[in-house]
Amino acid sequence: MIHVENLTKYYNNFCAVDQINFDIKKGEILGLLGPNGAGKTTTLRMLTGYFMPTSGTIRVKDYLLDEHLLEIKKLMGYLPESAPLYHSMLVFDYLDYVARIRGMDKSQRISRIRQLVDLCGLDEIMHRSINELSKGLNQRVGLAHAMMTDPEILILDEPTSGLDPNQIAEIREIIRKIGKEKTVILSTHILSEVEATCDRVVIINKGQIVADDMMENLKQAAGQKHFIHLELLNADFQDVNDQFSRVEGIKKIQRIQETQNGHLSIRLTCESAADLRKTIYQTIKQTSWILTEFRQETKTLETVFRELTKED
Amino acid sequence: MQQAIRICNKEFKDYFVSPIAYIVISIFLLVTGWFFFTTFFYYNQADLRNFFSLLPITFSFLIPAVTMRLFSEELNVGSYEMLLTLPVTFADILFGKFLAGVLFVTVALIPTIAYPICIAFMGQLDWGPVAGGYLGAVLMGAAFVAVGLFASSLTRNQIIAFIVGMTICFTLTLIDKMLFFFPRTLLGVIGYLGADFHFKNISKGIIDSRDVIYFLSVIFIGLYSTHLVMREKN
Repeated sequence: MIHVENLTKYYNNFCAVDQINFDIKKGEILGLLGPNGAGKTTTLRMLTGYFMPTSGTIRVKDYLLDEHLLEIKKLMGYLPESAPLYHSMLVFDYLDYVARIRGMDKSQRISRIRQLVDLCGLDEIMHRSINELSKGLNQRVGLAHAMMTDPEILILDEPTSGLDPNQIAEIREIIRKIGKEKTVILSTHILSEVEATCDRVVIINKGQIVADDMMENLKQAAGQKHFIHLELLNADFQDVNDQFSRVEGIKKIQRIQETQNGHLSIRLTCESAADLRKTIYQTIKQTSWILTEFRQETKTLETVFRELTKED
Repeated sequence: MQQAIRICNKEFKDYFVSPIAYIVISIFLLVTGWFFFTTFFYYNQADLRNFFSLLPITFSFLIPAVTMRLFSEELNVGSYEMLLTLPVTFADILFGKFLAGVLFVTVALIPTIAYPICIAFMGQLDWGPVAGGYLGAVLMGAAFVAVGLFASSLTRNQIIAFIVGMTICFTLTLIDKMLFFFPRTLLGVIGYLGADFHFKNISKGIIDSRDVIYFLSVIFIGLYSTHLVMREKN
């Protein structure tokens, strides 16, 4: 559906997006993740034709972005970050204007706006001025704007920012519903959002793609290296270290906290997917330590994200 | 072109849902009406020459005030991004906004038709120069709208857009009155640049192709530079 090749964008001498490549298939929900200033918004702006790339090509269906911009714009619905709408207009007037620009005739406009009112919950605000709306309501009007023609590709820049938890759940529901038939690209820095809605994740850091994989694969790869967290009483670190060094498969023993009265918390890094819980339990049983907590921690998307994007 | 008309429609309506239109039109009518009629009866002549001779100066103030928001506001709020990602081209946006501005100037001029009608009751009014004057006013208005649009596209700050637009319009209006600052060889060229000079010709009722071409070229240069600025911004 969308094919991006060597996409690069410079602002004067600052490189915002550096030679990125990716493909998006029809019916995929792609999450674009990255820390602030990583180049998410710039990438999306180039995909929608708002910014011209410094170099590289974007192909949407069979259209090249720099030759058939108008056709591509017709296929896309775009919601920019924080949904900047015309302040002085009424919600209805605004949606009607967008529908006109999208080339819909009167009966189409009215029936489509009615559908969107139900979908986005705009019932009570249709005749209010946009500058009176709260952030969440504003965002919903923006979503209605993006979905006006039921576009094949929906691009959403931080769609749930500023919404309350109920609204977030609603918007995610809408996105998932749309994502069954349409292609959706959304950028965010909320990880749970990606986990809840996306099929595929692209992580961007400093203008470069650092990970691009299906959600399950990324989680699986993340789960391979895992940690075991132990809390012991009546033990000292030296002793514990000796005992566990003898267990095969434990890569690293870390002391997290140790108090005077023999309370010790440690973290064991296990080598592979092998489950060492049984061995560890048996090791502890042979000693006089009192086990107060025993928990396995798998690496979450959050840890993956932090590892891939941390400053160094 | 259809898209441009839709944009024009929206922009034009926008003027009248906010107080801007009413304020600008009231001030325009007050200022022109006052200056015209305070001296009108001294001359004892049934013509609109004084009204039209004031118009370039009032327009250089008023039109940038009307056009300053057309791009600056959108750039400031960010709605420009939403507009530009709808299926429209730069040219659609540009013509839409330009037409809305010209339409507004025309609407502001309509109430002043009351002046020639009143005068026609008082004396023998020659309608030729009046018609020429209105044609010239719309042409000059359009040229200033193009300049104002250019100023507005430069910045997201409306006040800066107003001041830049006003400066350019003001210079165009007054340049032929400052000819004594320039060397003799340049006099012809610089005199030709003055909007006031060309407007005066038309408002005498002489429609010379040179004057029309002058205004059309100002419009073209204004719009083309705006187009360049828009392209450069993205």
